[in-house]
Amino acid sequence: MAVHEGVHGIGESIKRVEDARFIRGKGTYVDDIVLPGMLHMFLLRSPVAHARLVSINADAALALPGVVAVVTGKDLEAHNLAWMPTLSGDTQAVLATDKVRFQGQEVAAVIAESPYVAQDALELIEVEYDPLPVLVDPARSLEAGAPVIRDDKEDQSSNHVYHWESGDKDATERAFAQADVVVNLRTHYPRSHPAPMETCGIVADVNPATGKATLYMTSQAPHAHRTLFAIVAGLPEQNIRIKTPDIGGGFGNKVPIYPGYVVATAASLLIGRPVKWVESRQENLISTGFARDYHMQGELALNRDGKMLGLRVKLLSDQGAFYADAQPSKFRAGLFHIVTGSYDLPAAHVVADGAYTNKAPGGVAYRCSFRVTEASYLIERLVQTAAYELGIDPADLRLKNFIQPEQFPYRSATGFEYDSGDYPAAMNLALEKVSYRDLRREQEEMRAQGRLIGIGLASFTEVVGAGHGKDYDIAGIKMFDSAELRVHPTGKAILKIGVQTQGQGHETTFAQIVASELGIPSEDVLVQYGDTDNVPYGLGTYASRSTPTAGAATSVISRKLRAKAKKIAAHLLETSEEDIEWETGRFFVRGAPDRAVTIQDTAFAAYTNMPDGMEAGLEGVHYYDPPNMTFPFGTYAVVVEIDRGTGEWKVLRMVAVDDCGVRINPMIVEGQIHGGLTEGFATAAMQQIAFDEDGNCLGANFTDYLIPTAWETPDFETFATVTPSPHHPIGAKGVGESATVGSPAAYVNAVIDALAHAGVRNIDMPVTSAKVWEALSQAGLAE
Amino acid sequence: MEITVTVNGAQQTADVEPRTLLVHFIRETLRLTGTHVGCDTTSCGACTVLLDGTPIKSCTMLAVQANGRSVTTVEGLVTNGSLHPLQEGFKEEHGLQCGFCTPGMMLVSAALLEDNPDPTESDVRWAISGNMCRCTGYQNIVKAVLWAAEKGRTESADASQAS
Repeated sequence: MAVHEGVHGIGESIKRVEDARFIRGKGTYVDDIVLPGMLHMFLLRSPVAHARLVSINADAALALPGVVAVVTGKDLEAHNLAWMPTLSGDTQAVLATDKVRFQGQEVAAVIAESPYVAQDALELIEVEYDPLPVLVDPARSLEAGAPVIRDDKEDQSSNHVYHWESGDKDATERAFAQADVVVNLRTHYPRSHPAPMETCGIVADVNPATGKATLYMTSQAPHAHRTLFAIVAGLPEQNIRIKTPDIGGGFGNKVPIYPGYVVATAASLLIGRPVKWVESRQENLISTGFARDYHMQGELALNRDGKMLGLRVKLLSDQGAFYADAQPSKFRAGLFHIVTGSYDLPAAHVVADGAYTNKAPGGVAYRCSFRVTEASYLIERLVQTAAYELGIDPADLRLKNFIQPEQFPYRSATGFEYDSGDYPAAMNLALEKVSYRDLRREQEEMRAQGRLIGIGLASFTEVVGAGHGKDYDIAGIKMFDSAELRVHPTGKAILKIGVQTQGQGHETTFAQIVASELGIPSEDVLVQYGDTDNVPYGLGTYASRSTPTAGAATSVISRKLRAKAKKIAAHLLETSEEDIEWETGRFFVRGAPDRAVTIQDTAFAAYTNMPDGMEAGLEGVHYYDPPNMTFPFGTYAVVVEIDRGTGEWKVLRMVAVDDCGVRINPMIVEGQIHGGLTEGFATAAMQQIAFDEDGNCLGANFTDYLIPTAWETPDFETFATVTPSPHHPIGAKGVGESATVGSPAAYVNAVIDALAHAGVRNIDMPVTSAKVWEALSQAGLAE
Repeated sequence: MEITVTVNGAQQTADVEPRTLLVHFIRETLRLTGTHVGCDTTSCGACTVLLDGTPIKSCTMLAVQANGRSVTTVEGLVTNGSLHPLQEGFKEEHGLQCGFCTPGMMLVSAALLEDNPDPTESDVRWAISGNMCRCTGYQNIVKAVLWAAEKGRTESADASQAS
């Protein structure tokens, strides 16, 4: 789309509107909200991973001056609130009644006049636990005779959660029977945590006179949360207002409803005063929204000349104690079946099973469109493994098997219809920018000098932007999204969107869409979101869906208003509508370009001088149900050097080519990619939520759960190709997660590539220097 | 106990519990909420403020330890209605997304530029390595600090020419 001069529309890297408050420290996050009479809530959590709850004695806590209430599971049971539904149709304890099932599970809540008093009171609550055997390995959970973690469920006699299959089993078997070569990869995509800088929290304010509940929440999906609150708590939906203040990062962590939100709301309802709950970092890491934790076994069948024939995958997912994956309800392993990736794979079959363990629930889509990250990692690692086995360069093997540009729309073996792509173009640009062929020669030379250089590639394809509503829903609610545009008489406008922002810059980019579509300068468009009383219904922001869904809705409603404005223009110019031409910002009479009115003129006339019979105003709302998902793609190329003395690996270069279709604000797109490449690096190099055999969480704070600082983070070289989505009104695809999805394999492939000549084929993430050192030692490469 | 702290140039006197953390004194007592809490372990730097010009993590210091001393928070970066070059730089170079780490990042960078008006990229990366960001990947934060350094140097050159 052409850049339209003067209106700061699509394609311009304008500076962000939201920065004005953040750079002054004037953002308002949940913890910044203070209401008159507000109380403070803290949660008591289980120190053990699996135990019967024998007794809770809160007498001493209640006696402490300043303590207003102590809430236990028994109290909630009386209101039918001790359990709540998860986003995957399971149940989750709000406060434990029968057992605790993971370390950090919510056991009781203290509500007090001050946060310090509430924390003092936590230490005065006496809880007796009767320990039970602990399960931390999902394979052991599924063994016969394993203790049943979910004995609260009548129909549950084992720890098996779900079984799910995708693709064609028979066709895949036939493909494997014909293969010359089958390569295997067994790997664990480790349990991780999104860990946004702001933890989760709520200020629940239930007005005792009206019953109106105003919930200031860290929510990535305010409307969906409102509906779930209505269902869980039995509150009338019109009496629930969810408001998201500024949100300090989400990355999937703020998609689920957590027990703390429910207890704080119940406490405010029962006490009649506002209640604030903000979790600590430790609580955030041990109890909310883990991600990944997939044990994957992949097999790729190929001809001797490198043509891929079939893909077979077996998954075991570690679900923790409650199955709480945030994903469309028809898909038990999310959209993992995008696992055929960028390749023309005629046959594929995926078998997935889930197991309960004594770990925190979650399964959130951490900067990822529902398990796409795990899928992309597996195929990109398998392709690299195949390249070594066949003696074909990993770049050449990819180029040989890519879905070709003329094959789009492309139906994958697992049933996706890819909208558009030019994979060779992205790959070739990345190879050129990193000087791939020269690098391969240098790698040989360096190796001769005893230095270990590795070059890793990943050519990912994502599937993002859910719905369409026919196949995709969250807890039954179809995954459309919305935009309401009101153009005021003076030609300024307000846009209200059903999606949410937690740092993506929607206040800037959504105004740019209006600017290009309607010709109103983006600085004249105020963008609002995150207030369920005041913006139209939407499913929220995750799975890179804002631009594909609400972005499209914004475009469509702008065009609808433009069509009305055109009628007004004809009226003002005293000619027929057919004679009116449009260029950004103005209507003119065909053949007489000086006879023109601006969009602002038509806006004023919409309230002051509309044609006879026309409804007043220039306002409208559109709910957009996308016809398909969008499929962003790209190629990442990473160069690393391994220190043979320590096993440390350093990224020498990271070249990223992303194709997310049309870029609304290239500066913001690049920022998203930088962030994703960093979280991909974190996943590859250091992040892991691990447990000991007693179920103690070993990643409970930022000294143990490592996230990269500026010092470790590589420098990124970013490039673009642009292949518009054919079904999106402005051709955009979404970009928030591409780099987290695509880059982990590129980093790991680079490390393996440095060691491949010595026979090393896999190191599970996080690829720590200790693991690399072990591989070096075994390969006889250590110094 | 009663303490007096000079915060952003103004003397503030308050009666605090001895165990009150400095960050809570800033956020709750003074209601300066630009200073954030992101962890419990002095790891993330969201609570960074300047204490007598030196960056410290205010979640790991008691308010009483700041008695008689001078604290600068993000709210104190604006002088005479003008943005600090760092504030401009963060906007110009897209050095922030969700904004939660931004105040701490700017304050630790302000201390760097005070000591070293012409830092290298590596100097900047080292200086901000006690502060975590999950959104930006740091690259644009580094560019923002270098932008501010450049602007600061130009301004002081202009000022010395004018005098």
